[in-house]
Amino acid sequence: MAGTGKAHLRRPEEVLLRVEDLVVEYPAPGRKVVHAVSGISFDVKAGETLGLVGESGCGKTTTGKAILQLLPVTSGSVVLDGTDLTKLSERKMRRARTDLQMIFQDPISSLNPRRTIGDIVAEPLQVWGPHSEVEQVRMVDEMLEAVGIDPVQARGRRPHEFSGGQCQRISIARSLVLGPRLLICDEPVSALDMSVQAQILNLLGDLKADYNLTLVFIAHDLAVIKNVSDRVAVMYLGKLCEVAGADDLYDHPAHPYTGVLLNANPEPDPDAPLDLESDQAVEMPSPINPPSGCRFRTRCPNAAEKCAAEEPMMRSVGDDHFVACHFPTL
Amino acid sequence: MPAENASTPGTGPVAVSAGSPLLRVDDLHTSFHVPAGEVRAVRGVSLTLDRGRTLGIVGESGSGKTVLARSIMRLNIGGNVSTSGNVEFEGRDLLDLPLKAMKNLWGTELAMVFQDPMTSLNPVVRVGRQLTEHVRSNLGASRGEARQTAIDLLREVRIPDAEARLRAFPHELSGGMRQRICIAIALACEPALLFADEPTTALDVTVQHQILNLLGREQRERQMAMILVTHDLGVVAGRTDDTIVMYAGKVVEQAPTRVLFTEMRHPYSEALLRSIPRIGQRSHTRLSAITGRPPDPIDIPPGCPFNPRCPYVQQKCREEPPPLVAVGDGAGGASHLAACWYPVGTDAGRDAFARNLADRLPQTVVVAEGSEFAESAAANAAAEATAANGSSEGGGA
Repeated sequence: MAGTGKAHLRRPEEVLLRVEDLVVEYPAPGRKVVHAVSGISFDVKAGETLGLVGESGCGKTTTGKAILQLLPVTSGSVVLDGTDLTKLSERKMRRARTDLQMIFQDPISSLNPRRTIGDIVAEPLQVWGPHSEVEQVRMVDEMLEAVGIDPVQARGRRPHEFSGGQCQRISIARSLVLGPRLLICDEPVSALDMSVQAQILNLLGDLKADYNLTLVFIAHDLAVIKNVSDRVAVMYLGKLCEVAGADDLYDHPAHPYTGVLLNANPEPDPDAPLDLESDQAVEMPSPINPPSGCRFRTRCPNAAEKCAAEEPMMRSVGDDHFVACHFPTL
Repeated sequence: MPAENASTPGTGPVAVSAGSPLLRVDDLHTSFHVPAGEVRAVRGVSLTLDRGRTLGIVGESGSGKTVLARSIMRLNIGGNVSTSGNVEFEGRDLLDLPLKAMKNLWGTELAMVFQDPMTSLNPVVRVGRQLTEHVRSNLGASRGEARQTAIDLLREVRIPDAEARLRAFPHELSGGMRQRICIAIALACEPALLFADEPTTALDVTVQHQILNLLGREQRERQMAMILVTHDLGVVAGRTDDTIVMYAGKVVEQAPTRVLFTEMRHPYSEALLRSIPRIGQRSHTRLSAITGRPPDPIDIPPGCPFNPRCPYVQQKCREEPPPLVAVGDGAGGASHLAACWYPVGTDAGRDAFARNLADRLPQTVVVAEGSEFAESAAANAAAEATAANGSSEGGGA
């Protein structure tokens, strides 16, 4: 996979967020380096939902946190509406974060268990919001109402009195109370019960429309990603494989890795064909020592010599459909 | 398995089979006594499983599926647990067996693969010893024989470079590899029945696919019975002969898997299948979410436990718990059971839905507005009654 390249980027003036050549590396024992994210570029238009999908360890969460500057970015730029966030001072970045919010995978541990729901949702307002307490309470109530929590009942209670789904609603309320422009959702439904997942996905869809939000939605579940996204980017081992419109990507996967993922997805359909023999124990290589050339080549059914020697660049294979592969399956 | 299942509907665990079944569970109840009250995790579950068959148990967290599996294996140990009912395995009553006799069955007759492969392996013992220890104590093999068995097992679960892996510690292996080791350990003494409790929930989708294939292959080659516990309907589809859907500690629907997916009769099963996003749908398809949330296991509502969330709910559902009875007018025949007063796809169900829609019951309106199923279910009642059994209700999903 993956490769680098920016063929899939749109004009800067069209987009709200533009990430270019993002590299995030961590030191590892023995003076080694973990290549978590290795030069990825993508952009998100205002009002669009970008789905980031990939297996664990592919760098999707790191990418989400890097957008918010929650971890040190090794190189590259994250431009939100003309401002490069990587160049901002700590103080200016604090200000800028009001435009960028994140919701996390585990809704219960992302809320402080000792504080009341009212305080939790009001905290962003106490830092950046209106000074009037009456106004703050009004905004908190309005936000709780919008996410489907009864403010009168909930305000004085603490997170343990709520279920996972309700806690996720509260996290969403907290993240939206300052009116951010970009919301990064990191696996927001994977810790929830099946019957509650759909409620949260529908809620995010509604809020996106009501509050004019732009979303970066990170998940490993292909069906969830398809449901919420306008555009999908498939990640593998710190690189992007394929970027396309959601329906187009699933109908016509061009990267072999996208095909592998789609093939492995368990469809609730008893007639879906099953091949019990397809069971090679394939492992994702270590991000400390990633393969040369295309990073997916060690697992790729179509790998050839060229894939080891040369890194594929992102190129167009259709209308708004981009792939980083020497031998796309399209 | 799926093909076999399709050609012989009705030979599932529910049907009366020749000879005694491998496993017969009768009215099993398991409760945990906690300071807040009695958590009734399993509330009267009955099932039978024949040799070499696979059964899927599907439910959300808290539905009692894991506790059920553990109760059958008598793994719920502690002073605050009470279990009642009957569990008959190869003619023996497991609940009456002394713990020592039970221990002899673990591994050799009944084995389990757990959800988290990290915590089910000992982190400070090399993989080889964890495999051979088990083979030696249960089969009385010598050190050399055990080692050879361990290598064979690792090859069988397709772990590359098996001999070298015997020296590895669990943390040196990936999640998928660890789960392969757990499966190898579970298979080592050739159990007659394997429980796989959410064996792939902690794994990536590609690894999940491999592990499920591995389990399926081993089950087929060894003619072993398997109970696959999962929250994911996609995991049981096509991989089990029969499926049980659990809700609030009870079986709400039970059928040959193919029948279950095509002719869901219980509103919960139907709602669960509808609420899952599917790859086959276009993006931004509005999901028909189930309103509310699963009941508190300490305070389960009277009547049908699903009644506060059910789009078909009627007064009777709030008062009397529905029995699990055959709804076999379709392909499932007598082996298709559901616990519902107003089953999906029947006239009673359609009428109940139409009544609720007319009364603007919130959960019914949500379902009606979310899907094409609305028009057919709401408008028609009588017109579709004849055609309905075969296809209509399952088709909208």
